[in-house]
Amino acid sequence: MNFNQIVTVYLKELRDALRDRRTLVSMFIVPTLVIPIIILGFGVVTAKIIRKARAETPGVMLLGAKDSPEIRAALAAHPRIRIVPARDDFRTLISNKSLRAAVELPDDFDAALLESRPSTVRLYTYDGEIKSGFATGELDRFFRDYREKAIQARLSERGLPAALVRPYEITRQNVAPPEKVGGNLVGGFIPYVIILLCFTGAMYPAMDLTAGEKERGTLETLLCSPVGRTEIVLGKFLVVLTSALSTVVLAGISAMATFPLGALLFAPEAGPARAVGSAAVAAARSPMPQIDPLGFLASLAMVAPIAVLFAAGLLALSLFAKSYKEAQSYVSPLIVVIILPALSAMLPGVELNLQLSLIPILNVSLVCKELVSGIFHWGHLSLIFASSCVYAAIALALAVRMFNRETVLFRT
Amino acid sequence: MIVAQGLTKSFHDKKRGQIMAVQDVSFTCHPGRIYGLLGANGAGKTTTLRMLATLLKPTHGTATVAGLSVTERPAEVRAQVGFLAASTALYARLTARETLAYFGRLNGLPAAEVAARTQRLADDLEMHEFLDRRVDKFSTGMKQKTSIARTLIHDPAVIIFDEPTLGLDVMAARTILRFVRDCKARGKTVIYSTHIMSEVEKLCDTIGIIHGGRLLAEGSLADLRARYAETDMEEIFIKAIGEKEAA
Repeated sequence: MNFNQIVTVYLKELRDALRDRRTLVSMFIVPTLVIPIIILGFGVVTAKIIRKARAETPGVMLLGAKDSPEIRAALAAHPRIRIVPARDDFRTLISNKSLRAAVELPDDFDAALLESRPSTVRLYTYDGEIKSGFATGELDRFFRDYREKAIQARLSERGLPAALVRPYEITRQNVAPPEKVGGNLVGGFIPYVIILLCFTGAMYPAMDLTAGEKERGTLETLLCSPVGRTEIVLGKFLVVLTSALSTVVLAGISAMATFPLGALLFAPEAGPARAVGSAAVAAARSPMPQIDPLGFLASLAMVAPIAVLFAAGLLALSLFAKSYKEAQSYVSPLIVVIILPALSAMLPGVELNLQLSLIPILNVSLVCKELVSGIFHWGHLSLIFASSCVYAAIALALAVRMFNRETVLFRT
Repeated sequence: MIVAQGLTKSFHDKKRGQIMAVQDVSFTCHPGRIYGLLGANGAGKTTTLRMLATLLKPTHGTATVAGLSVTERPAEVRAQVGFLAASTALYARLTARETLAYFGRLNGLPAAEVAARTQRLADDLEMHEFLDRRVDKFSTGMKQKTSIARTLIHDPAVIIFDEPTLGLDVMAARTILRFVRDCKARGKTVIYSTHIMSEVEKLCDTIGIIHGGRLLAEGSLADLRARYAETDMEEIFIKAIGEKEAA
């Protein structure tokens, strides 16, 4: 093997690739901007939506309670809800979001409470709609507090202690360090984005340096030179790998910069978080999730063999195509093949085991999820790294083999 | 010198089965002479030349280029060959100088020699004006000159032209034809494939008529005129392939 020729091909192809706008966009611009846009952009938008929702005093309809002036007055006096006149089409109003929630009480609610008769408070809500959720949350808290006061009053009347109905309190204390909590929150998402970016980083140069060259007629010019085909394919492969790895590194740097920046941006909003039953709300009210820096760097290292696999696989596949357009039609559907295992790692409850350690892409996604949480399972790490290297070597051997086949090079 | 002996190339096509692109083709090209390979589209010219340039491996037969076997020492053969075809394009995003430097380095030339040869070729071909401009901004004539310089950068002993004037205007085609004659004058072994009758009449010392993958007739223009009792090359060509069709 002639290393000088490989370097000559590599340097020329790299220069050529760096003059291609599509490659520049996929290699530098996309990886630098995607993670900040996703994390900061979504964070800002989510926080804005939640702030707006919180600022609104939701319209709530009171149904029934015709003979219960006390509860009507208490609800009307509640500062965070606005009681609107009752109508029969309240369900439609909630569904078309012109009404946030409704509460239905028995007409004799006050009397039933006084006589200790059981009654039911029915809340009508629109599940998944944030403003309806806030309104229902307010109603829920109001009626729990109201019930608590009634219990206290009854116990007090009978001279009984409060502990009679509340023998103990329950409190919850988080022992997970912030990076573990952050790792769980973003652990599946970050490798998913980086693997996807790695693929797109390899995609354009791979197609351009093979099918694109065939289409433009420059591949035949190159094949006429004394350089060996193995040297040509290795030079081209190294360029595609450079693009894929630079995408990973830039996305990594961008992510590392995004989290502290996000913490700065969102820190002023971090107040005493109240449980409102929505992860998005909780995330927006908390500082940015923290991730383990060492684990994050290790996860980038784990993506390296995947970059080799993508570079070699895409090179072999694109070489088979006669034109850039044909290569696109082969390569584009592969994005789904990449997304599925990477996405599977984000599903709750999918944990790394021996079998999953051997499934390419999924294994790296899963182990990255652990790494950014600061968990290092060296056995899994070694197995995944080794298996990824084997897959990468097979893909590279296939690319070299394809480059030595006349029927592929001169396919018409 | 090029010596082809029984060159044969077959391909497998899913729809058409086994296709004999070139069958038992033998000829010899001498230094300082131009061998013209004349044939219609699909006659087997490009396949023959690609075998000589070691881009394709012969199914049967062999050839030597500058004394080197195309099957046994392909890389060394390519170092002796300059290949110029309508299908051998230039890198659009490189400048002419970068193109010459790249192919010079691929041919193992040291940087100083690449620079010296680039200078000499730029002088000969009047390329200085556009030497440092990107190829994608070139006119057809500039591209042709750059392609010629790319073919000559390693000073090959053998030059193969495969329909080099295809799709060119008159002026660009004349640049190529002048370059072919220069190669002959400098003692290079030249093989020139075309389907344009007038080009072989003007250029070639020996003409081989190829049809259906077989070399049907070979000789100087005078020999072929005498054999087929025709003066016009087109008539000679028709008679040559007509004999085959009749057979």
